[in-house]
Amino acid sequence: MRRYRHAASGILVPLAALAFWQLVSSMGWVNATILPSPMRVLVKWWAYLRPLEVFDPTQGSYLKWCFSGELIQDALGSLYRVLSGFVIGAGLALPLGLAMGYSRVVNGLFNPLIQVLRPIPPIAYIPLSILWFGLGNPPAVFLISIGAFFPVLMNTVTGVQTVDSIYLRVGRNLGASRLTQFTRIILPAATPYIFTGARIGMGTAFIVVIVSEMIAVNNGLGYRILEAREYLWSDKIIAGMFTIGLLGLGIDTLMSRLSSHLLKWHRGLEQG
Amino acid sequence: MSESAHISVRAVHKVFQSAGQDVYALKDINLEINRGEFVCLLGPSGCGKSTLLNAVAGFSLPSSGSIIVEGAPITAPGPERGMVFQEYALFPWMTVEQNIMFGLQIKKVARPAIQAKVDELLTLLHLEDFRKRYPKDLSGGMRQRVAIARVLAIDSPILLMDEPFGALDALTRRTLQDELLRLWLELRKTILFVTHSIEEALYLADRTVVMTYRPGTLKRDLAIDLPRPRDVASPAFNALKKELSQLLMEEQSRHTQDEFRSAAVD
Repeated sequence: MRRYRHAASGILVPLAALAFWQLVSSMGWVNATILPSPMRVLVKWWAYLRPLEVFDPTQGSYLKWCFSGELIQDALGSLYRVLSGFVIGAGLALPLGLAMGYSRVVNGLFNPLIQVLRPIPPIAYIPLSILWFGLGNPPAVFLISIGAFFPVLMNTVTGVQTVDSIYLRVGRNLGASRLTQFTRIILPAATPYIFTGARIGMGTAFIVVIVSEMIAVNNGLGYRILEAREYLWSDKIIAGMFTIGLLGLGIDTLMSRLSSHLLKWHRGLEQG
Repeated sequence: MSESAHISVRAVHKVFQSAGQDVYALKDINLEINRGEFVCLLGPSGCGKSTLLNAVAGFSLPSSGSIIVEGAPITAPGPERGMVFQEYALFPWMTVEQNIMFGLQIKKVARPAIQAKVDELLTLLHLEDFRKRYPKDLSGGMRQRVAIARVLAIDSPILLMDEPFGALDALTRRTLQDELLRLWLELRKTILFVTHSIEEALYLADRTVVMTYRPGTLKRDLAIDLPRPRDVASPAFNALKKELSQLLMEEQSRHTQDEFRSAAVD
């Protein structure tokens, strides 16, 4: 009962916003090109989602046809870039972060450079990324990997550095070697931080993918809303934006589900 | 010094630097603990009893003097001196079972032998139903049972216990004290047990060593010759309790004065 009431109250503000938007459009207060009505956006959204051609069995399976819509192709393109960039960025950040957290020497070597590079927003790398990688997926993936790299790195370092020393004392007491200490104690103890970093990194990757698609590639959700602007298709811009929002929410939900599943031992997630 | 001593603490000093001054946490400690003996270290907080225990464990070595275990001076922590911590210190990412088997895996014991040992310990400590649980789902008493099982798994001849029952409620505490005595009688470990509870020391130990507050020295080494199970309401028990209370109150009042003094300086 309480849950339903909670859900009901959660839908209140979106509904009110929608009603207000519809009111503004129906009353003709704003030019429809500047702000199309919700209904027009929905219609455009459906057109964007739907396959462009009629189903033709000679061209491939029904399933393939179902996924041939522009929106789905764009979403898959964006998702591909996000995942490749994330895997590269996090894949480099994780071992470096573990080494920096574990060893003062490694931390002393890398930290100054990291601290200088970290405040540079990934977007500032756009000119270089095009110079280095040309156009297409490579510069986009490069930018995304930078976006994912730093959150994962910083959280991994903190995670390793803040491992409660009592666990290490237990390990030494039980006779654990340094390797065992690292793999069975430090690494699992740091995972809550590492997952938090991964979640933030994924969020950053998702922001960067949209920007990178506006400059370097000719598909993807970011590209599509910029293209729609050229034709003054504001309904398609808004439909694209909502798609970005929903996809981002989906990824974040997935990440948080995954981490609460893997961290079911963790106290902090009991209520989560 | 007797040759039979299992743990032999010889002229141990431990000095810390505090505000540019030397503070003697331990001063000239000499203590012999025999094989199979149950010894409690009793004293007010700050008297250095945990420092002494950590020195025996090898976590923090003495500034001077030596600690001889099984005839050899200790230089580092090791599994022959298993430690049970006040904060349980179970690995939260491991289940009860995994926590208990960790030490055996380090020793590279064969898998069937590990499983047999774990089963035995789960039964011994009444933890069978909690095998797959994570520490966060256990009560304090249950957690401490697991911590004890984890140390028993590696079969250390010496158990070092740092106020292991300090955070438990009175009933759970008594239950675990009884279980510890049962295990001790069965397994014949040498136990060095730190506590600030007079009653706990009298209930458990063969010998209770009272420590002084700063510098940490041994004030009194008292054999408890009462038969077990001990009756905490008996006149003999209470006579000893009164005696120890007086000893401890003297130290406690020095501790309190010290705190007032440092508060005044602040």
